[in-house]
Amino acid sequence: MPPAVGEGSARSELRPRRGRCGHQVTRAVGPDVAAAAAARSPKRPARGSRRFEAAGRWALLALVTLLSFATRFHRLDEPPHICWDETHFGKMGSYYINRTFFFDVHPPLGKMLIGLAGYLSGYDGTFLFQKPGDKYEHHNYMGMRGFCAFLGSLLVPFAYLIVLELSKSLPAALLTAALLTFDTGCLTLSQYILLDPILMFFIMAAMLSMVKYNSCANRPFSAPWWFWLSLTGINLAGALGVKFVGLFIILQVGWNTISDLWHLLGDLSLSVVTVGKHLTARILCLIVLPLTLYTATYAVHFRVLNKSGPGDGFFSSAFQARLSGNNLHNASIPEHLAYGSVITVKNLRMAIGYLHSHRHLYPEGIGARQQQVTTYLHKDYNNLWIIKKHNTNADPLDPSFPVEFVRHGDIIRLEHKETSRNLHSHYHEAPLTRKHYQVTGYGINGTGDSNDFWRIEVVNRRFGNRIRVLRSRIRLIHLVTGCVLGSSGKVLPKWGWEQLEVTCTPYLKETLNSIWNVEDHINPKLPNISLDVLQPSFPEILLESHMVMIRGNNGLKPKDNEFTSKPWHWPINYQGLRFSGINDTDFRVYLLGNPVVWWLNLLSIALYLLLGSIIAVAVQRGARLPAEVEGLSQVLLQGGGQLLLGWMLHYFPFFLMGRILYFHHYFPAMLFSSMLTGILWDTLLRLCAWSLASSSLARGVYVVGLLSLLLGTAYSFYLFHPLAYGMVGPLAQDPRSPMAGLKWLESWDF
Amino acid sequence: MLGFLKRPVVVTADINLNVVALTAVGLLSRLWQLAYPRAVVFDEVYYGQYISFYMKRIFFLDGSGPPFGHMLLALGGYLGGFDGNFLWNRIGAEYSSNVPVWSLRLLPALTGALSVPMAYQILLELGFSHCAAMGAALLMLIENALITQSRLMLLESVLIFFNLLAVLSYLKFSNSQKQRPFSLSWWFWLMLTGVACSCAVGVKYVGVFTYLLVLAVASVHAWHLIGDRTLSHVRVLCHLLARAAALLVVPALMYLLFFYVHLILVYRSGPHDQVMSSAFQASLEGGLARITQGQPLEVAYGSQVTLKNVFGKPVPCWLHSHQSTYPMIYENGRGSSHQQQVTCYPFKDVNNWWIVKDPGRHQLVVGSPPRPVRHGDVVQLVHGMTTRFLNTHDVAAPLSPHSQEVSCYVDYNISMPSQNLWRLDIVNRESDADVWKTILSEVRLVHVNTSVALKLSGAHLPDWGFRQLEVVGEKVSRGYHESMVWNVEEHRYGKSQEQKERELELHSPAQMDVSRNLSFMARFLELQWRMLTVKSDGSEHKYSSSPLDWVTLDTSIAYWLHPRTSAQIHLLGNVVIWASASLATVVYALLFLWYLLRRRRSIRDLPEDSWLRWVLAGALCAGGWAVNYLPFFMMEKTLFLYHYLPALTFQILLLPAVLQHISDHLCRSPPLRSLFSALVVAWYSCACHVFITLRPLTYGDKSLSPSELKALRWKDSWDILIRKY
Repeated sequence: MPPAVGEGSARSELRPRRGRCGHQVTRAVGPDVAAAAAARSPKRPARGSRRFEAAGRWALLALVTLLSFATRFHRLDEPPHICWDETHFGKMGSYYINRTFFFDVHPPLGKMLIGLAGYLSGYDGTFLFQKPGDKYEHHNYMGMRGFCAFLGSLLVPFAYLIVLELSKSLPAALLTAALLTFDTGCLTLSQYILLDPILMFFIMAAMLSMVKYNSCANRPFSAPWWFWLSLTGINLAGALGVKFVGLFIILQVGWNTISDLWHLLGDLSLSVVTVGKHLTARILCLIVLPLTLYTATYAVHFRVLNKSGPGDGFFSSAFQARLSGNNLHNASIPEHLAYGSVITVKNLRMAIGYLHSHRHLYPEGIGARQQQVTTYLHKDYNNLWIIKKHNTNADPLDPSFPVEFVRHGDIIRLEHKETSRNLHSHYHEAPLTRKHYQVTGYGINGTGDSNDFWRIEVVNRRFGNRIRVLRSRIRLIHLVTGCVLGSSGKVLPKWGWEQLEVTCTPYLKETLNSIWNVEDHINPKLPNISLDVLQPSFPEILLESHMVMIRGNNGLKPKDNEFTSKPWHWPINYQGLRFSGINDTDFRVYLLGNPVVWWLNLLSIALYLLLGSIIAVAVQRGARLPAEVEGLSQVLLQGGGQLLLGWMLHYFPFFLMGRILYFHHYFPAMLFSSMLTGILWDTLLRLCAWSLASSSLARGVYVVGLLSLLLGTAYSFYLFHPLAYGMVGPLAQDPRSPMAGLKWLESWDF
Repeated sequence: MLGFLKRPVVVTADINLNVVALTAVGLLSRLWQLAYPRAVVFDEVYYGQYISFYMKRIFFLDGSGPPFGHMLLALGGYLGGFDGNFLWNRIGAEYSSNVPVWSLRLLPALTGALSVPMAYQILLELGFSHCAAMGAALLMLIENALITQSRLMLLESVLIFFNLLAVLSYLKFSNSQKQRPFSLSWWFWLMLTGVACSCAVGVKYVGVFTYLLVLAVASVHAWHLIGDRTLSHVRVLCHLLARAAALLVVPALMYLLFFYVHLILVYRSGPHDQVMSSAFQASLEGGLARITQGQPLEVAYGSQVTLKNVFGKPVPCWLHSHQSTYPMIYENGRGSSHQQQVTCYPFKDVNNWWIVKDPGRHQLVVGSPPRPVRHGDVVQLVHGMTTRFLNTHDVAAPLSPHSQEVSCYVDYNISMPSQNLWRLDIVNRESDADVWKTILSEVRLVHVNTSVALKLSGAHLPDWGFRQLEVVGEKVSRGYHESMVWNVEEHRYGKSQEQKERELELHSPAQMDVSRNLSFMARFLELQWRMLTVKSDGSEHKYSSSPLDWVTLDTSIAYWLHPRTSAQIHLLGNVVIWASASLATVVYALLFLWYLLRRRRSIRDLPEDSWLRWVLAGALCAGGWAVNYLPFFMMEKTLFLYHYLPALTFQILLLPAVLQHISDHLCRSPPLRSLFSALVVAWYSCACHVFITLRPLTYGDKSLSPSELKALRWKDSWDILIRKY
């Protein structure tokens, strides 16, 4: 007879839930199991027992939450100095409080929330966050840390609820909660002003609401159904709004939704219209709603940051005109281009920048040894060019000459203002794009040769033949070779200061790379108009900022001869990250997963794959499983499968990434892996118990197994807690160190 | 047993004349005037040098692909009696008379020709009509790009051949599965699948995508097999084991075999030795082996050694020092210790010699018996020519300010004591008592006072450091990196007490006698690893293109131009085929989605067997296209139009399948069907017309006038060469 250890609690807690929201039947319960459950509590009146169970469940959840908060908030104020990346994200929080414009490779939501937390807790944004180790002194940093710790603490109850929902087993949920509560890594990462706790909060919240909404599947379009569905969408927007890796949870929810819809489509009792309604509801809640929210965070971002700051140069001048303190704020410039105007020319493709030249030559062996011409993203006086007539070198700004506007089709010369060299091209290969011609700066004081002549063409000739600042899209065609000036968007090597390549392309294909517009425009002889008229629209800014972010992310490349963290290091807990302190006198915090938890996770994944494939093959072979095993295998394959998918989605893509990677990138995956561990061990122990004949022995095996796992993690946390809460004193090699004997791997560095 | 005595032995030949005819025209189209042009065409310049290396048995390292492809080409050279003496340096150079052009190009041409009847066979095996199968083969026949690519000494056609062979033999295998599992032909096709897959991977790494596709299809089939309850457990197990052996074990063994043969063939040292580890170099004939032959194995106190960096990036180099000192003040205003420079130098030099000294004794010679240095021992390193001690201290390194400067200690009497004790850490030790061995031991030198390890930072010093590489001390705790690991390359026991004698000794070559060999697996692993990590220069090529240009044929490659006339070979596809193949893929995807959704609602448009056929054709052909095309978007190497050809082949296979499907299932009435057939014929004539028009550029045998060439430039991005007179 199957003993069904712990089954009583798991089963009875199903009932009220079924009443409220129903659930997908995950565990078929044989009659003998029910009999066993009934036999165990024959005297208790059913209703009272149910109420008692419910209260117990709530108490357990409260206990888990309390423990999580207690561990996360314990010694939160230590160390009272900047740790690791707090220097970035704290600084960016301050930017929001001070409303100065900045630029970062991550989307704005996380930093905005940090800023908000700081603002609400009375931090005034005056701390400079210069470098790790700087003391906070009188500045109020606890609000921001507290906010992150609050979100970080919620991860544990979330994981608890997710596992409970997927497995319907309290012990599994409890084990998961213990693994996460006692993981020094999650603890450390939750205690500082970082994006990770916020990101993980949204990931887990999205997962939880997805799981909840799955279990409402039998009551579609009911209030809780809508609630959980839209909450999923909101959390997806949150995850993506904090970091782009939020994309992985979107993929997971997307996969879940597609398979959900696929089932609905196959259900012939539903009409096509109903399926259409389902589809529309999901499009609305999981695509439209998140996109709207995501866009809204940017709207808030751009509205809050209205003062000039370090991020100005990444955006177009028209955009900068709305930042107070920027030299373009409320500025006005002449509208139409005339000879003698000093201009900057910006490429129309985003994140390419301004046409630029400087006093450096192309190196030996790369085309002609003439002055480099590049594009450059930042504002710089080397971006200034003077527009001149091709055949005279007279100063057109001489007051005796009349103003002459540049027109479509004119032949002009562009003179670099700082170096007085002309924009020049010739039949030499461009440095990177060998099919194109090289572009150089040539000539002395504006006197060059006929290779300096360019024909200016307006692509969108809506404004007549004149060339209008910011609005006219122009092409520059080289007169002698007939090629078009463009930027390939490729980064030049060190000799070119890692600016972007400018070429003259012989193919007259119309791509944005070869279209430019005029941005700054100085001409004292012309009347000015206000720049406000020319401001870019919000979608344009949104698109532009994404292009710059993607480029920034791709720019973070690891160096060849340096130690870099590799994705395969992470699950084995190969090496941690030093948050604070190096020497034995410093207050040291070291981000490292609790090795017991992490290695258990690793083992569990292997066991899961083994057990999962055994069961899958058995089912495929048509083996008839006993009811108890059938139920367990359902939980294992479906619930566990979702978590395994989550782990894979949050881990494997890193193998393909070219950018520099860090240990903390693994933590979202680690959450999924811990939840899988919870489900796996619960199932495994139940299977063990089931296979043993006598019920008392089986119950013993189950309880002992579970307790030893719980106590083991708790004890390992006791051993490793100094890593997270900070330690002073000699390094681990020294027997007097708090960590003596615990340096289990050579590569750990504490 | 002796049945043949009772019944006569009968051989029934079952010859499909279609196949014979297709093979014949395939051979004709690919082999016609094969030796023309007698000049180096495009990438022949690249493959040719490796063929020469094979002919001369010289070791080389090529990151572009595993050795099987190169070996096949070299086989052509071997059969043609090529001696390897040709300078492969310029596209368009005339071949000298010793180069057997015809036999060098024969193998790619044969494989290209055989792809034509194979396309026919594949469509038949997929369950389509002879008509559709003929269509596929005829399309392959007149595809200009495939012809160009197979008529030259290039590897794409070989890769395509093995891709198709893998698919074909898998189909044959799975079709015989239904009738006679475990029969001889079943085994034959199963094994051939594995062999063809490994050959495809062996020719080019991208062959792995087709391999994975075949594996995926095989796993789905195997999964169905597991679900087949009419089979006993044992039988299912046998099926699975047979598949695992043929599709996993055999390819792995074959792959090793390629490397085994490769390493047997190229056993002499050559120009690429430097990239390999000292141990690998020593296993080649000549080169380092000649120098290190007879060195004492164990490093002892008093040994004279050169230390090579194991990581060897950006260039392989040896620990070096010379008389010059670090400049007092660097350009950026930071100060240095002004002591003697220690660098890493990429050439052999007398200044690369160091003497291993026991800190407790004063002698620089090896005692008798020699006292070997072991893991964990503390040593000093003395620079041979200047007798200064290798030293590091808490001074920022010149280019990597976060690391420590490494110098040879000069005592300026300014309370900067020497810190010259280093602990030996043998990384690849077997036990903690291991002895430091020449060549074999990879060691870290960890500074005793500051726990930094000697490391090659990868930066080039400016002019004051003679552009040599910077060596720094990096905290061991920053993590293990190969750039911290060194090995002894040249080694001898020092004998001379006096500095003058010692300098003479350092200048004289080392001599003694021991030889050592690496196991095959060690050599294979190292070679494979270096091949995968060798850096190709990322610079753009004039004819390189992006994957987006390929589908629309927005790019082309000029392969060769006649030195005097404007006859030229140009890689251009048959635009009609390219466009309609892409269209067919889109149509397939849309129809598939349509059917799939309707089937889910239990509306069966197709009978079950034609639905299964339709799915399998899509999985192999559309899937083949996708796996051979989409990964290129993720690749960072320089890409060319010819990389698309394997994907295109699969697309061409899909095209007649889609056409037949439309004719069978969508054209309901007979007149409509006849109309459709007429359209198909018209369309095929169109494709033939394009083939004939582009033929001069494909074969390069006819010189066209500038105006004719201009007329052929159908797209602006086609770079057809037009001579200006």
